[in-house]
Amino acid sequence: MKPPRFATFAVWVNGAVPGLLLLWDAWHGRLGANPVQFAIRTTGLLALIFLGLSLLITPLRQLTGVNALFPHRRTLGLYAAIYAFAHLTIFFWFDRQRSVAGTWHEIVTRTYLWFGAIALLALVPLTITSTQRMVHRLGAKRWKALHRLAYVAAVAAVVHYCLAGKILTVQAVAFTGVIGLLLLYRLAAPWFKPKPRARVGKQRPPTVPA
Amino acid sequence: MNDADRELSRQITPESAFWNRRQFLRAGILAASVTATGVTYRQLNRAGTGSAEPAGLANLVPAPGMANGFRVDAPLTSFEDISGYNNFYEFSLDKGEVARVSQNFVARPWTVVVDGLVHKPKTFDLDELLKLQPPEERVYRMRCVEAWSMVIPWAGFSLSTLLNAVEPTGDAKFVAFQTLNDPTRFPNQVPGVLDWPYVEGLRMDEAMHPLTLLASGVYGRELPAANGAPLRLVVPWKYGFKGIKSVVRITLTAEQPPTTWNIQGPREYGFYANVNPQVDHPRWSQATEQRIGPGDRVPTLMFNGYGEQVASLYTGMDLRANF
Repeated sequence: MKPPRFATFAVWVNGAVPGLLLLWDAWHGRLGANPVQFAIRTTGLLALIFLGLSLLITPLRQLTGVNALFPHRRTLGLYAAIYAFAHLTIFFWFDRQRSVAGTWHEIVTRTYLWFGAIALLALVPLTITSTQRMVHRLGAKRWKALHRLAYVAAVAAVVHYCLAGKILTVQAVAFTGVIGLLLLYRLAAPWFKPKPRARVGKQRPPTVPA
Repeated sequence: MNDADRELSRQITPESAFWNRRQFLRAGILAASVTATGVTYRQLNRAGTGSAEPAGLANLVPAPGMANGFRVDAPLTSFEDISGYNNFYEFSLDKGEVARVSQNFVARPWTVVVDGLVHKPKTFDLDELLKLQPPEERVYRMRCVEAWSMVIPWAGFSLSTLLNAVEPTGDAKFVAFQTLNDPTRFPNQVPGVLDWPYVEGLRMDEAMHPLTLLASGVYGRELPAANGAPLRLVVPWKYGFKGIKSVVRITLTAEQPPTTWNIQGPREYGFYANVNPQVDHPRWSQATEQRIGPGDRVPTLMFNGYGEQVASLYTGMDLRANF
């Protein structure tokens, strides 16, 4: 299947918009009273949103049959990783003031940061193996197994979010619920997906598994 | 080729125009989607700033001096930040949203009940209460338990002035405070956020300490709603959540009163809540703080820098156990 180049380009451009607006606002000093905290929270939420969107592609594709959605999973997943790394970088650079020891100490002593670290570490191999070439090198089966780490990242990310606040906010619960539904779909899908008939099976795109 | 054929072929869109139209459409889709994404981001992720313009205070007098801890020698946080970045869950959980949500809050008429173990219990009309003493300008550090801080020029007088006016009995050991309980005026005072109404408490000696301020203004103006209009508590050596806002009741008691954040998380928020860089919050470090405004983080000071004035209140107490 030839990837729809314009649609892919449009998703790339749109994914950059929140980050560019954040940079623009930072440049103009419009991040409010506590800019560092605002930038940390914003990039963290963006990472979680893009992770959720990438996890939405497979159910959406299977339920609607619109296979053209498929290449966007990679783009959205990469944006989750980009915003997550920005999240850590801002924490390191501005909150912990470029102190490697200070950042390390804070991460190992805080439960909520363990979960943040797990989410981030899970995204590293997914980012490295995100290209079509890596799919071929690893083989579809192994690639698919590796990319189940996205589920680990998603669970760790919502736990990190829920533990970070002074109280459990409605927003954090809502994010947890949405991620939970997306993961539940993976568990439940084999039971309600129609058994593929040979004819239908041949039409399935063979390249990258869901 | 006859004339009719020529006419027909002229009607065919030239290839260059066809591609232009396609590119035009794509540019349109791109522009529309980028605008939609940008507007959504802006709507959902506002930083917020204060824009309140409360009335000025007429009879403000400067506080006696630096040695008492009544003034801090540090740059003041801007009025915009002080009134635009607030933890006031009755309005919103988003610190940047409180100013906007609270802008139509009407703080008058207002009464404050002072009762409990006192000889002269009284329901004060706000203006009557404020006449007990002209407001003093006191510049205090404010350290939030979330590890950010401000330097704020409050206006008000010591809580002891009010307590002395009602004459506490010998049995009074604690002071309990309560915020207004009115969901029609506090849009986020709904079930499931905190245990409403917000309540706080101090030990009697803490309440009588001259630093403990009953504030009715900031920056020479009346308090903006976001800062706890019309009357709030300020206890500068304790974490900010002890400074209960929009107070309607002050009750002197013999027993230690319940306090909202302690109810919410007994392991995380103690009754004392003295600023202490050596005792971390279970989930984050309290060693440093982000000073609001330009600049890097600064070290957090024991008792928020008021040790000279208040350390003696806690002699012999284990501050790790009594956090």
